[in-house]
Amino acid sequence: MNPGDAARLYDEPHINPSWAEPVRIRFEHVSVEFPTAAGPMKVIDDVSFEIQNGEFVSIIGPSGCGKTTLMNIVGGFVKPSGGQVLLDGRPVEAPGPDRGVIFQEYGVFPWLTVRQNIEFGLKLAASRAPVGAREEIVTRYMRLMGLTDFADHFPKHLSGGMRQRLAIARAYAVKPQFLLMDEPFGALDAQTRSAMQDLLLEVLQSEGKTVLLITHSVDEAIYLSTRIVVVTARPARIRTIIDVPLDYPRTPHTQEDPRFATLRSEIRALVMEEYAAQARQGMRIGD
Amino acid sequence: MVYGTFDLLGAQAAPPFSSALAHRLRPRRPDRAVMRANSWAGRAALVLAPWVLIVAIWYGVRASGLVSPALVPAPHDVAAKFVELMRQRLAIDILMSTQRVFVGVALGVFFAVPVGFCLGWYKGLRSFIDPVINFFRALPPIALIPLVIVYFGIGEIAKTVILFYASFFAGVIVMYEGIAQISPIYIRVARTLGANDGEIFAKVIVPLTIPHILTAVRVALGVAWATLVASELIAAQQGLGALIQNASSFFQLDIIYVGIICIGFIALAMDLALRIATRRLVAWQDRLA
Repeated sequence: MNPGDAARLYDEPHINPSWAEPVRIRFEHVSVEFPTAAGPMKVIDDVSFEIQNGEFVSIIGPSGCGKTTLMNIVGGFVKPSGGQVLLDGRPVEAPGPDRGVIFQEYGVFPWLTVRQNIEFGLKLAASRAPVGAREEIVTRYMRLMGLTDFADHFPKHLSGGMRQRLAIARAYAVKPQFLLMDEPFGALDAQTRSAMQDLLLEVLQSEGKTVLLITHSVDEAIYLSTRIVVVTARPARIRTIIDVPLDYPRTPHTQEDPRFATLRSEIRALVMEEYAAQARQGMRIGD
Repeated sequence: MVYGTFDLLGAQAAPPFSSALAHRLRPRRPDRAVMRANSWAGRAALVLAPWVLIVAIWYGVRASGLVSPALVPAPHDVAAKFVELMRQRLAIDILMSTQRVFVGVALGVFFAVPVGFCLGWYKGLRSFIDPVINFFRALPPIALIPLVIVYFGIGEIAKTVILFYASFFAGVIVMYEGIAQISPIYIRVARTLGANDGEIFAKVIVPLTIPHILTAVRVALGVAWATLVASELIAAQQGLGALIQNASSFFQLDIIYVGIICIGFIALAMDLALRIATRRLVAWQDRLA
């Protein structure tokens, strides 16, 4: 990258000018094209923004707009066709244990018990956890996620919410610095979903992490995030970035804050506009 | 997706009314021991019922006069023949046949697992190897016997080759269909936890492969027992196939029946053993039955 590029980058209006915290994740003019039978299809178009240390950033936009692809680039599963994503200044090359990923479909290993699932990452060659500390780490996250009573059960005996808690416990056990979540609570019922959001906030309170959340729930995005990135219908471009002015710790009372309601109608209007744009393009809705 | 998603906490919820009331409302239960004995006997009766029915139909066909009794030996005559043969050659026949099936299936599955794995894993390979596999699988092993005799003679090797052939192609198909269905999410998750390629193979792919290996063995066993008689057509002196062959030359229908019933029951026993092993080895699997 030449110096001119860098200058241009910082001129962009949607890059947070605050220098209080170091930048951990930086999207630099990221574009993605997928080959299709009808020629290349642009999924992501020139996305640039930064996530600072300890921030909780949500990406929200219509279904099928390419949000998941944005997360997959940070995760190291997809290479951008243009631009790059920098993690602490280094371009993302491959998946790694510094980034904990929570997938929409959980991905708990069905052949391992709850305990063995959490232990999986700790037993790998790449694990930095000392052998003696494994047991303690596993016990701690089982307790935190309310899984202690099911330590030796296989995932087939767990409910959806418990499977998701297990996926989070397993990701946390390897002490990632980043948490990447792709609609992690999408498949849960409303009550479980809200309990899981509170649990996530509680855990983040004790262990600060830099979080990127992909969601299509406006309420979820506001309730959890420090900033919300609204993206357009495909190809995904940044529509706007909104700061959430609500203080942590957030509780169910937060949702009664008048600013919450204002923000919600503001963001909803933006997202609905994008859905309308998507419908006009005659695009298929749904990922 | 079929998942048995039930919350264990919910299952232990307190009854909605007091225990005293519950006691009055609930019908009196028989003693536990009696119940267990009843259910055991009940299950045994359930398992035996279709067999009793088959034997009854067998007697019925004989008694009806639709078929000449000379052509249908009575079940009790077949049973008597079984006891008689057991004292002579039957034990050796069973041993030889079981051994051939065992060796054929072991070799067949041993080679089918890596080949099936590669075909399932590498999609490019599958597109041009698949038709070849299906070509050979479609050939009935019995049609290959003349060729096998030419190339392998009439010894033990020739029989093993036939059974190997049958179980290999059955096993390959099962393996690669299973491997191709492995969800890539587990590999992605393992990578995000820091697993390298070797660890992904040993800790993710191998455990996911085991159920498919067990299914391949089951299918191969079924095919091998079905092919056994064909393989023992090659001038075998011993084995259930040879027993049936010899008996047919002398029109000894009762011995043919003994041979057929033995093949069926040994195959059944092997399948049962394998099912029990599967339940132990892959207890984690979510299954409907």
